[in-house]
Formats: sequence, C-alpha cells, structure tokens
Amino acid sequence: MATMADEVLFEFLHMELVSHIYRTASKDEKDHCISKLESLGFRVGQSLIERFTKETSRFKDELDTMKFMCKEFWNAIYKKQVDNLRTNHQGVYVLQDNRFKFLTQLSNGKQYMEAAPKYLAFPCGLIRGALSNLGINCIVVTADVSAMPACKFQIQIQRV
Amino acid sequence: MSRQASRGGDPRKVNGELFTLTYGALVAQLMKDYENDDEVNKQLEKMGYNIGVRLIEDFLARANIGRCSDFRETADIVARVAFKMYLGIQPVVSNWSAAGDEFSLLIENNPLTDFVELPDGHNALHYSNLLSGVLKGSLEMVQMDVDVRFVQDQLKGDNITEIRLKFIKRLEDAIPAGED
Repeated sequence: MATMADEVLFEFLHMELVSHIYRTASKDEKDHCISKLESLGFRVGQSLIERFTKETSRFKDELDTMKFMCKEFWNAIYKKQVDNLRTNHQGVYVLQDNRFKFLTQLSNGKQYMEAAPKYLAFPCGLIRGALSNLGINCIVVTADVSAMPACKFQIQIQRV
Repeated sequence: MSRQASRGGDPRKVNGELFTLTYGALVAQLMKDYENDDEVNKQLEKMGYNIGVRLIEDFLARANIGRCSDFRETADIVARVAFKMYLGIQPVVSNWSAAGDEFSLLIENNPLTDFVELPDGHNALHYSNLLSGVLKGSLEMVQMDVDVRFVQDQLKGDNITEIRLKFIKRLEDAIPAGED
C-alpha cells in the first residue's frame, strides 16, 4: 500500500467537503447537495476499487462480491468489517454497521439526526461507485439511521 | 490468490489512496464550480484553514509538545512531527532567511498529488493549496500569523515542491485570559 494518511485528516477533509458543498449552494440548489456528494463518492469509489482489487481473484458471484465489500473494502476504508449483511436474494442487500466511522464523533443516540444524511451521501456513493466498477449496477444505495452511530446501507441491484 | 488486503498496523491511519482520491475529487469539483484557478486556490486555502484550526487541537493533544521558543523550532516541529503524523512524510526545512523569519518546506513525494496530472492551461492552480490553509490555520491557533505560499510544484515540472512560510507577527491579543 502506498502512503497512509491520518484518519483525523481524512475525517476533517470529509467534513469540509460536506460543509463546502452546503455553503456554496444557493437556496434552490440545496436539494442537489446530497446528490452532488453522492456523485463525488461514486467517482472515488470507482477509482478505489481498481486499486483494492488488483491482486484479488475473480469473484464467484454477486454474493461473493458483496462479501468482499463487507470485509476487505470496509476494512480498507473504515478499519472494521460490516457487522451484519442481509439479503433477500432478489437483489436487495442490507449492510449494517453498528459504529459507522463518520457518525461516531457526531452523536450517540438521536441527537443531530437531521444532520446524518449529509454525512452519509459520500459513503453511499463510494459503495455505488465501487460496485459499478465490479460490474454490478445499483439502482440506489441509501443509508438509514435510526440511532447514531449505527447505520444501515441498503443496496438495490438492477436486474437486467 | 489470497483476498487478504494488507491491514496497516496503525489503527489511526486510513488508506492513503482514499485520502488522495477524495482530495482529487474535491479539486475536480472545485474546478467545475469555479473554472478559475485563483478562485479554486482561494477555496482550497479556506477549506484548509478550517481544517487547520481543528487539526491543531488534535495535534497538541497527541504530540505532547509544548510551546515553541522560536520560529526555527516551529519549523522543525511542523516538518518532523506534524507532517509525519498526518501525511507520513518528512519535508526538508531549508532556505532560511537571514532574519530567521522565513523558511521553505521541501516536499519530494507529495501524497496529495499521487495519480495527478495537471492539464495544460492551469499554471495558476496550486493543486495542493489545502496545505497552505492547514498550515496557516493551525499556526494561527498558536498565536502565529504566518504567510504560506507555494513557490515550486512538481506538478508543474519543478524538481521539488516548495512551500514558503513567512512569519509575520505574534498574535498577542489572542491569548485567552488567565494564560500567560
């Protein structure tokens, strides 16, 4: 692995990224902030996965890919694995992280719930971007928080 | 083949590529938003400043160092301790002015610019200008008003990346009541 940056620096960069997008958006653009952050994440996820998988053997199937996301991808980015992976075997996957990195410093419960979505848009994009470069097209990746810092990412895969 | 990605030893480190690529996406977004190199420089510095004023708290809490007695000591701490801690590199401190109020940080392998190529026509852009803001913001929180600017950049064909820091003044008034 090339250089390592300190996690604090990355977290601050992400916070600035979020606040910059919101600071510079005009009133009627506010709705687009989430999708802007998501597409930034998408771009980063796309490039990252190429680096992460360059020494990986081919994935057997979709579930195998998802397991990779939950273990290696999560580990490389958040230093932990996803705590729970569920699927309905029809293209919907739910990844649950009980202590999601971007939320742990924010709140431990229901306080600041309204702020949660803007800190989850970039991570959602990361997942969608990574999967897209692994040949899996997701219709949406959404994040669902009922009490911070736990978070559920729902991935819905497009069936051709 | 094994699926085991390397797990860096230090739990406080994130994957450097994640950081570099995220920073790259940010710069690309700014270029799209402003289409003007100077304005992008300004925005990067502003964001860096906001990071710096927070980062200094983290730094002082972790590095366990006291107040610097002079600018030379500051230069040493910035290069040897701070850059090492946050970016994993140790810039060389050089080109001191005679008065000892100005020095350069020479960076050979700037982690922010991995995988980056500047397209033609962006000679005014300081790609890593976030660093200027971080340095300025963090030093301001320890009562030092410092001017920070890029004078050389490997992205523009220079042999080395050089950041020039100039001490302007001590911010005496910023000391909170009750501290000496």
